[in-house]
Amino acid sequence: MSSFTQPDLLNWSCPLPLRDCPLIVMGHGGGGKLSSELIEHIFVPSFRNADLEVMADSSVLTLPPGRVAFSTDSYVIQPLFFPGGCIGDLAVNGTVNDICMSGAKPLYLSAGFILEEGFPIAHLAAITERMGAAARAAGVAIVTGDTKVVEKGHGDGCYINTSGIGVISTAFPSSGLIGPSQARPGDTVILSGTIGDHGMAIMSVRDGLEFETILRSDTAPLNGLLESLLKFAPHLHCLRDPTRGGLASSLNEIAYQSKVGILIDESKLPILPDVQSACDLLGMDPVYVANEGKLVAIVETRFAEEILRAMRTSPYGQNAAIIGVVTAQHVGILAAKTAMGGTRVIPMQIGEQIPRIC
Amino acid sequence: MKYLDEFRDGELAQRLAREIRQSATQPWAIMEVCGGQTHSIVRNGLDQLLNGIVEMIHGPGCPVCVTPLELIDKALKIASVPGVIFCSFGDMLRVPGSHMDLFRVKAEGADVRVVYSPLDALRIARQNPGNQVVFFGIGFETTAPANAMAVYQAKVHQIMNFSMLVSHVLVPPAISAIMDSPACRVQAFLAAGHVCSVMGYRQYNPLVEKYKVPIVITGFEPLDLLEGIRRAVLLLEAGTPQVNNAYERAVSFEGNLPAQKLLSEVFEIADRTWRGIGKIPSSGWRLSEAYREFDAELRFAVSSIRAEESPLCHSGEVLQGNLKPNECPGFAKECTPRHPLGATMVSTEGACAAYYNYGRFVPVESIQ
Repeated sequence: MSSFTQPDLLNWSCPLPLRDCPLIVMGHGGGGKLSSELIEHIFVPSFRNADLEVMADSSVLTLPPGRVAFSTDSYVIQPLFFPGGCIGDLAVNGTVNDICMSGAKPLYLSAGFILEEGFPIAHLAAITERMGAAARAAGVAIVTGDTKVVEKGHGDGCYINTSGIGVISTAFPSSGLIGPSQARPGDTVILSGTIGDHGMAIMSVRDGLEFETILRSDTAPLNGLLESLLKFAPHLHCLRDPTRGGLASSLNEIAYQSKVGILIDESKLPILPDVQSACDLLGMDPVYVANEGKLVAIVETRFAEEILRAMRTSPYGQNAAIIGVVTAQHVGILAAKTAMGGTRVIPMQIGEQIPRIC
Repeated sequence: MKYLDEFRDGELAQRLAREIRQSATQPWAIMEVCGGQTHSIVRNGLDQLLNGIVEMIHGPGCPVCVTPLELIDKALKIASVPGVIFCSFGDMLRVPGSHMDLFRVKAEGADVRVVYSPLDALRIARQNPGNQVVFFGIGFETTAPANAMAVYQAKVHQIMNFSMLVSHVLVPPAISAIMDSPACRVQAFLAAGHVCSVMGYRQYNPLVEKYKVPIVITGFEPLDLLEGIRRAVLLLEAGTPQVNNAYERAVSFEGNLPAQKLLSEVFEIADRTWRGIGKIPSSGWRLSEAYREFDAELRFAVSSIRAEESPLCHSGEVLQGNLKPNECPGFAKECTPRHPLGATMVSTEGACAAYYNYGRFVPVESIQ
């Protein structure tokens, strides 16, 4: 069994009105007194901000000038708590990062919870506290939310949906042009850090496959890293955060949408030894393993070194590396030079990677 | 990094490839027996480094690939029985049977679970005494000891709701079958290192004597494979067929004796049908008389199930090394990992899937 610090659920002291009911019951989603108590004692203290505390049916927001980026994502991860974070961190960082990838500054999030009857309220509180902390760290506010409860057996404890809006600063108007179809032959591919950390950290605690490791999820907000890049905006062509499907899927999508080929150098990929070992053990390829705090940037080559240096000044970009080039050959295909001097194509995966038999 | 970096050194690989080129006075055809080796060769492009000098023929050593279609159908039938918890290694789930695969049966409500060891399935059986728990026990000599241990423990602890659907196959009879085939072009073998770590390599001497073919015990990392190929080429050039161990760090002559003892107790030699190849006499293991009560095939009375292969699938010729995957008329057309016509396309260790996944459907020149 992996050792990692679970949140201190036992010592969590439940606010008074919730004490006689330590588990989620159907009534918590019913809109009555139980729902209000949950909002008052769990959500508001965790997320605390003026817009939320208005408690209207919707939040009315004033946005700074500029075009608006809008994104949504649902989180269904198991286990809910894992080394390096929990579903709450993921739900905030994931949507923050999706907004960043359009060159926008994320500002506001919504949070929708689908809770399973019988889910411990202490676990919910641990999750919302982490969400609040993640939101503060990313400089965003969770301004509206919703809770529904499903009968026991109809959910997996806790599902979260977050949507978010951000604004593309008028100071960097060309950052609005960043997009997956903008890669051009001759561009350089930069990766912000090690790949596969999140996916393998989750594998290490998944039921039936616990293995001893120091791996932690890399879940992190990338808006700080993005801000360090915005001054290069006209030379940033694509940004992606390679989550599900890993680096391979993101680069395949860019190759397809931009109608270019991408050639990466396998020996340049930053991969932690523990991630590589775990992947080898299970017969998985780190290029397909999920990340939750990394970005891959396709940039104009003459600015590549400067952009790389800027990335490395951010705490989440210290291991950034130039990993490949965009080509006019093999359009729509991601290929790799192998460390042995051969070549291979890295196609999209059909479904999830499955551990091998031997 | 111990056992990773030092066996994946690009410069050393280039040097070994140069040495192989310099030693070879003619092109040679060498078969790597194991699917894990095929995967590593194609993933790292080792065959490209040796282009024109050594042709790698991809052998039948992928357990998922050679598992006969009718056994998959039997597995599907058992998994669909209400109350059965069907446990399998992950890569068997996507292998299509005649009409569906285990993923589909699972989606339809069957309790199909991916486990990482047969002992996990035994634990599930202990925890669910009201359910029948079946483990899909396939593979070569490599996975056999763990499967044998699970059945052995089930008997010792009388866990009678546990059973195993067994289809073990053995490497030496497969090598004989390949060498006996009139179309055989194989001039040397890279034997599978992990099989030999269990069985040792005593069994290979009679094969070398009979067929005058060098057999080099080889590992799975890129440099292991290049070293195995180098030794095979040297033996071929010298005209001195013999068994050579290029995987000393894991393999001894005798192998793992306690494992062999358990294997001979729990299993007995049986004829086996290999998918795409057909029946090979004495080429596998089934549960021995003393353990037969744990045989899922008998417990669920599925022995009579028969299946027809797709006529479009040439996996038999691929597995015997007579056809390269991308030379098959269905390759990347009717047959893809999404719609596999045969198991060589579905398993990550299958030669067809390796060719597909690493892009051997586009000419290599267009990439370089």
